[in-house]
Amino acid sequence: MATETLTGAQALIRSLELLGVDTVFGLPGGAILPTYDPLMDSKKLRHILVRHEQGAGHAAEGYAAASGRVGVCIATSGPGATNLVTAIADAHMDSVPMLAITGQVNSFAIGTDAFQEADIVGITMPITKHSFLVTRAEDIPGVVAAAYEIATTGRPGPVLIDFAKDAQNGKFEFSWPPKIDLPGFKPITDPHGKQVQAAAELILKSHKPILYVGGGVIRAEASNELLALAELLHAPVTTTLMARGAFPDSHPQHLGMPGMHGTVPAVTALQKSDLLITLGARFDDRVTGDIKSFAKGAKVIHVDVDPAEIGKIRHADVPIVGDAKVVILMLIAELKAQMKSAKPDYEDWWVFLNGLKERYPLGYSETDDGKLSPQYVIQRIGELSGPEAIFAAGVGQHQMWSAQFIKYERPNSWLNSGGLGTMGYAVPAAMGAKVAQPDRLVWAIDGDGCFQMTNQELATCTINNIPIKVAIINNSSLGMVRQWQTLFYNSRYSNTDLNTGTDTIMVPDFVKLGEAYGCLAIRVEKIEDVDAAIKLAMETNDRPVVIDFIVGRDAMVWPMVPSGISNDAVQYARDAAPIWDGDE
Amino acid sequence: MTTQHVLSLLVENKPGILTRVAALFARRGYNIESLAVGTTEIDGVSRITVVVSLDGLPLEQVTKQLNKLINVLKIVELEEETSVARDHMLVKVRTDSSTRSQVLEAVTLFRARVIDVVSDAVVIEVTGDTAKCQAFLKVLEPFGIKELVQSGAIAISRGSKSMSEKVLR
Ligand SMILES: Cc1ncc(C[n+]2csc(CCOP(=O)(O)OP(=O)(O)O)c2C)c(N)n1
Ligand SMILES: [Mg+2]
Repeated sequence: MATETLTGAQALIRSLELLGVDTVFGLPGGAILPTYDPLMDSKKLRHILVRHEQGAGHAAEGYAAASGRVGVCIATSGPGATNLVTAIADAHMDSVPMLAITGQVNSFAIGTDAFQEADIVGITMPITKHSFLVTRAEDIPGVVAAAYEIATTGRPGPVLIDFAKDAQNGKFEFSWPPKIDLPGFKPITDPHGKQVQAAAELILKSHKPILYVGGGVIRAEASNELLALAELLHAPVTTTLMARGAFPDSHPQHLGMPGMHGTVPAVTALQKSDLLITLGARFDDRVTGDIKSFAKGAKVIHVDVDPAEIGKIRHADVPIVGDAKVVILMLIAELKAQMKSAKPDYEDWWVFLNGLKERYPLGYSETDDGKLSPQYVIQRIGELSGPEAIFAAGVGQHQMWSAQFIKYERPNSWLNSGGLGTMGYAVPAAMGAKVAQPDRLVWAIDGDGCFQMTNQELATCTINNIPIKVAIINNSSLGMVRQWQTLFYNSRYSNTDLNTGTDTIMVPDFVKLGEAYGCLAIRVEKIEDVDAAIKLAMETNDRPVVIDFIVGRDAMVWPMVPSGISNDAVQYARDAAPIWDGDE
Repeated sequence: MTTQHVLSLLVENKPGILTRVAALFARRGYNIESLAVGTTEIDGVSRITVVVSLDGLPLEQVTKQLNKLINVLKIVELEEETSVARDHMLVKVRTDSSTRSQVLEAVTLFRARVIDVVSDAVVIEVTGDTAKCQAFLKVLEPFGIKELVQSGAIAISRGSKSMSEKVLR
């Protein structure tokens, strides 16, 4: 094999290039300086200089979530590395393929409390799929290739590589491809035929099945297969917060999102179902509510590429370990064969479900303080932007409304922090998404609280010509927390006031802030200005746009199942539970 | 109900592997009763024997989570009937001229060994399954146990099959 003498730093850049990485988000410092030097010369790698390493991490996540490719972020040792921690934890929870590259002090200084030394491998052990410390230049190609393989194969996730400074500086003979030495890493992607057969039998025997679809279907790029399966069975579908867009919202078989803020039809269908066909979902507590009373009468088929998810929370009658796409294709073939003798009949089930859909559509009541209804603003952004747009949300009420009131028609169009619930995700994630998919319209739908955590990346967007649109759903408060205070703490609003509304001292003034960052920034307070503002944002592509939508602070997210309570107690609006006819 | 299981893990001998395993137990709330680590017949492969006690949680969850660790090569549960498990213990017992012979009698009965003697104490080494070691300690207790150190259990299956077969590609 032909070799070439390279430094470790050059080898790192070369390895990333050879793996097909085209973008890295990062910020340099002492321990990663050797790598930043050859990075400057790379023709294939675009480095985007962020303003805070957390932004680099979320940008890498947004890049990955929008495109399905690995997101890469780089930071220096010590504080640079620890600033990545939140984003790494976020990627871990939401199974985002990510490489986190950090500099480390010289190998001989490790363990001496050297300047900017932090044990980032140790710190991130519980929140990475795996991590490596590299102390020798010659190990770099093999480790980078292994890290890439781990991040992308099986259940995706973040992998951290910590490069000692002397490993970056050392010289060695580089060759490609390296040997990937991972004897303990054998993800199972092909399911057992017998299990698939058992699943098909169970499905055809069931009377009230539901496809309970999680984010795994998006990561496995199995949306088309899901559509085919759903239509073959004519079974209802619910898509979790992480799976919004995995199945078209416009499809008549779609019941909407399940869980704490799910639709009444989706929550109820799960509760009354006799078979959960679980695809890449993990029975998260925000979906199940009190687990003991969740879908009590249902058998469970559980498909997941991570065997540890199966049976973790809920017993699976038919466990299937495998890639969602492979499994669904096999299931379709098996069902078709079995359906020659047994046709599914879900007629009565649909009568019940359609009744629910009719009686309990998603809705909201107008605010009574004369301010905009946040739901209306978000719905209009969705309607005007169309199905190809990407929407990245922060965490809070605006996130739930964005999951509910924007209609998703395709995967990789809804980006959010589902598992960790990280405020500050939206702006950098939108930035990463726009870099990955420059031809798509990208919105960050953010809260006035979340926006203040990571808005400095607007500087990155302006300077690097990444024209995202930010819609701040400004209710002048930490709205979701305030909602809980309204409902469960007697309306005692302890520390949830942000003073960003028009009838406050307005610190900061988001329009001035946006302008300071070089954005087109406007404020919208009247319903008749909403559409024009959204259209202006869509037409403006020479710089980022910030719209400060002043919305009512008392709007609440409905429906809601209070935390830890049975999903049978779903409330359609405050103190209003659905009314059941007779036994149902 | 709490049940104890003996797990044997073959792992790549990489830096941090013990931390990864131990931290996983801590993070997921599994209780480690004992833990022993050492090298094996294969270069670069170590073996960790963990005795874990589980409160209602299925053992399967523990092994599945452990299997997700990239450096873990193989996990087996060693069941009592088909394997042998041994603890190793060093005990320093208070003795004087009036009690020494009684202590030495116990040592013989339990097939333990005296490895150091001074005028007011003896150091005893004993190997056996957990029950034997505990019983031995009970007998020594009245004399006064000055110091006790125990290894975690190590265990191996009976018969000719070895755990490392087919582990490395
Ligand atoms: C980093 C972080 N800190 C705290 C929280 C707890 N939290 C969840 S939602 C929320 C309020 C978010 O406020 P805002 O961004 O204005 O969104 P809103 O709910 O008002 O739409 C808070 C504080 C969190 N999820 N993340
Ligand atoms: Mg707010």
